[in-house]
Amino acid sequence: MPFIPHTDEDVRIMLDALGADSIEALFDEIPAPMRAGRLQFVPEGRSERDAVAEVRRRLEQDPALTCFAGAGAYDHYVPAAVWDIATRGEFMTAYTPYQAEASQGTLQLLYEYQTMMARLTGMDVSNASLYDGASALAEAVLMAVRAQRKAGSRRILLAGSVHPNYRATVASIVCSQEIPIDTLVFCESSGRVEPAALQSHADTGYAALVIQSPNFFGCLEQVDVLTDWAHERDMLVIAVVNPMTLAVLKPPGKWGAGGADIVVGDGQPLGLPLSSGGPYFGFMCARQGLVRQMPGRIIGRTVDLDRREGFALTLQAREQHIRRSKATSNICTNQGLAVTAATIYLSLVGPQGLQEVARASYRRAAELATALAAIDGVRVHFSAPRFHEVVLHLPADAAMVVDRLAQRGVLAGVPLGAWFPGMENCLLSCATEQRSVEDIRHFAAVLGEELAEAPAC
Amino acid sequence: MLIFQRSQPGRRADSQRSDGGSLDGLPAEFLRDEAPGLPEVSELQVVRHYTNLSRKNFSIDTQFYPLGSCTMKYNPRGALRAASLDAALGRHPLSPESASQGFLSCLHHLQEMLRDVTGMAAVSLSPMAGAQGEFAGVAMIRAYHDARGDTARSEIIVPDSAHGTNPATAVMCGYRVREVPTAKDGDIDIEALRRAVGPQTAGLMMTNPSTCGVFERRIGEVADIVHGVGGLLYYDGANLNAILGKVKPGDMGFDVLHMNLHKTFATPHGGGGPGSGPVAANERLRPHLPVPYVLRDELEGQPVYRWAEDAVCPATIGRLSAFMGNAGINLRAYLYALMLGREGMHRVGEFATLNANYMAKRLQAAGFDLAYPGRRATHEFIVTLQKQAKTLGVTAMDFAKRLLDYGYHAPTTYFPLLVPECFLIEPTETESREELDGFIAAMVSILNEARENADLVKGAPYSLPVKRLDDVKAARELDLVYKPAAG
Repeated sequence: MPFIPHTDEDVRIMLDALGADSIEALFDEIPAPMRAGRLQFVPEGRSERDAVAEVRRRLEQDPALTCFAGAGAYDHYVPAAVWDIATRGEFMTAYTPYQAEASQGTLQLLYEYQTMMARLTGMDVSNASLYDGASALAEAVLMAVRAQRKAGSRRILLAGSVHPNYRATVASIVCSQEIPIDTLVFCESSGRVEPAALQSHADTGYAALVIQSPNFFGCLEQVDVLTDWAHERDMLVIAVVNPMTLAVLKPPGKWGAGGADIVVGDGQPLGLPLSSGGPYFGFMCARQGLVRQMPGRIIGRTVDLDRREGFALTLQAREQHIRRSKATSNICTNQGLAVTAATIYLSLVGPQGLQEVARASYRRAAELATALAAIDGVRVHFSAPRFHEVVLHLPADAAMVVDRLAQRGVLAGVPLGAWFPGMENCLLSCATEQRSVEDIRHFAAVLGEELAEAPAC
Repeated sequence: MLIFQRSQPGRRADSQRSDGGSLDGLPAEFLRDEAPGLPEVSELQVVRHYTNLSRKNFSIDTQFYPLGSCTMKYNPRGALRAASLDAALGRHPLSPESASQGFLSCLHHLQEMLRDVTGMAAVSLSPMAGAQGEFAGVAMIRAYHDARGDTARSEIIVPDSAHGTNPATAVMCGYRVREVPTAKDGDIDIEALRRAVGPQTAGLMMTNPSTCGVFERRIGEVADIVHGVGGLLYYDGANLNAILGKVKPGDMGFDVLHMNLHKTFATPHGGGGPGSGPVAANERLRPHLPVPYVLRDELEGQPVYRWAEDAVCPATIGRLSAFMGNAGINLRAYLYALMLGREGMHRVGEFATLNANYMAKRLQAAGFDLAYPGRRATHEFIVTLQKQAKTLGVTAMDFAKRLLDYGYHAPTTYFPLLVPECFLIEPTETESREELDGFIAAMVSILNEARENADLVKGAPYSLPVKRLDDVKAARELDLVYKPAAG
């Protein structure tokens, strides 16, 4: 009986107290035809040892790969203390801190997290997390439309250089709320939005402009120009950023003359393992004036009856458990433990450590681009300044190259053809502080060998 | 003390140093002009600060935590170990399928097991929490009607006992919400439901057992009424633990549902997530499942797994996250399901129900009022403290705070909204009889305290890091981000 502590004697005593003959009798209000038969596809139960071994056996069928893929999920070093502490039972097995007095640990940590994120992004306020970067962007779009209710426009201008899966997620989540989304095209030569592309949108009333920098291709957008352009037209600016890069890059709060209005992104680079795409966490920061339109949990500092400092969930009148159909979002459970890890991570690395991670990633990516572009037929695809990712144009189909290199222990990157027709030969690669000069040399060597054998196309 | 207040300029955790490097080639216009204001502390300071913070939390590992509708059961450490294997943590989400067959086989096997326990045709693991699963399910209902050109349906029906996420979700999917009342016995008011449905009905969202802690006995009739007008039935799986292995939602007539794996499948709650909210659908709604999910083919007698993406699922509602949802949480649920196995799953519902009924009966005998005394409890039940509030001036909130002093996390309070001064109590199957008896004794003791010295209960808690907090100040004088005092 896994995890059920009852002895036969316990069951007898409990049934006696209930005046019931059997546990089965407790289900007598359920109509008989609805009672389940035997489960067909669930095997016999196993011990912890056997079950863990089974999962290990399956997972270890897959080759371990040296990771040069990014595209929204980055292989950074995670200090040992991060998850040692985050997986303490007191953090890991608590729930939403509704009983504030019995949850001061989680609540204070979330307040510290909100402070760290606000400082990193240069914004006034932060919530306590959303699911991931993509769904956080969808929530930001809904929030911008709410904030612009009086202005009358529900239309969104979304840069085509934003992560394609983020754009797809926005489409799935906002599609039923009559929010038209126009694409702001990126320049096929520079890999970023160029000011000329703005002209055809200059006279359309938009609620908000969405830009990502570094964008999906790793290129830096001209954030000041774009922010000012949008603000001149009374649009809100939604920034999508990688929080690790903000150790050295200008925070969205300082973009243009006025700064971005809402900042979202994925917190994965801050101490979360790759883990096949999750759990990560989405973060959201904003200007003070927008705080009542924010979705999700928000923690406030207050005092108790004795005027001692304490922390509590606040502005709950925005939320589904109070406001129901009028809530700012349906979100309830978010990504608390992932945020716990990120808060510990940011404390451990501190401002200097995070800058070193960013600088090392920038330098390794530059070395990677140089090493790969030296291979015959390989070139850097876009001209704009980059951070730690690069689009390479190969003399072969990139998906095929990724498959072949995976057989040799290298995850070369992410092929772009499935998202961008015409870019079948393009590969998005990334390097972090985790990749050594030797790793890069090895990647270049095996790529060179495979390309020499591959049919040109 | 905040971590920022421990910070000293120039201090750091030296062992976390990396090489850094120059930013040559990055134009100055892109750079930050001052370092981000993160704390500057030593590794020991970080470890001690957060270890000590953790000790200010109640948790399942440290306390009985009978939070109704949240299924705070034991979270096996074996599941954490499986999800923490290097092969699990190190896998990039966009690794090619050719190098991911083992990982995909785990997810596919979990999909199959969840399909079986829910009685549905197909499962997608991609929603990242229950509310996102709800969103997926209602969006699928919308996609189904739209695909048939049946676009005049504008309403989702929700019982008044529903979780707040249900009406919030319906609105996110572009629907109006119509509430249906609950009858005195805790079942839905079936005549009111008959009057509420019509050609405008897109569907109904329901939790069964409901948040009233009783099984909706007329669910067959409910399904017929909704299906009769062309609507579909959504099952909110928040309370699936009550019927795991005993009743399959598909057999009750539901068309689509979500599960909360952090509840029923014991992946941890994490202080508010991450969860996982897979959706399961019957044949009618299968084409609309959110992507990606795992498909199994065979090639020369060998299984081959691949992701189902938009290209193979043209009618999908689309994707809800950047990657594949909370894959690491799904691995934990997979391990839990493997350990439980077939027999274990049947027993979960049985012992969750036994524990709840035992507590309800004993609390009733001790002088507490049950909200639905004529009914069987399911995996949870409601105590209403209306009598105590009226006669002793001690509210459900006061009882909740005093329980903390006794070392028990409070049950869910003031939910469902239709029962005054209520406690929604869910013990789960993993608690021993002694633990339940201890909680009952604490409730009796608090009742005695309330009779003898109501102020004692009204001033609780006394033994926690803080007393009751000033929520009004928290909301009026918003302090969401630490700003050091000037000077």
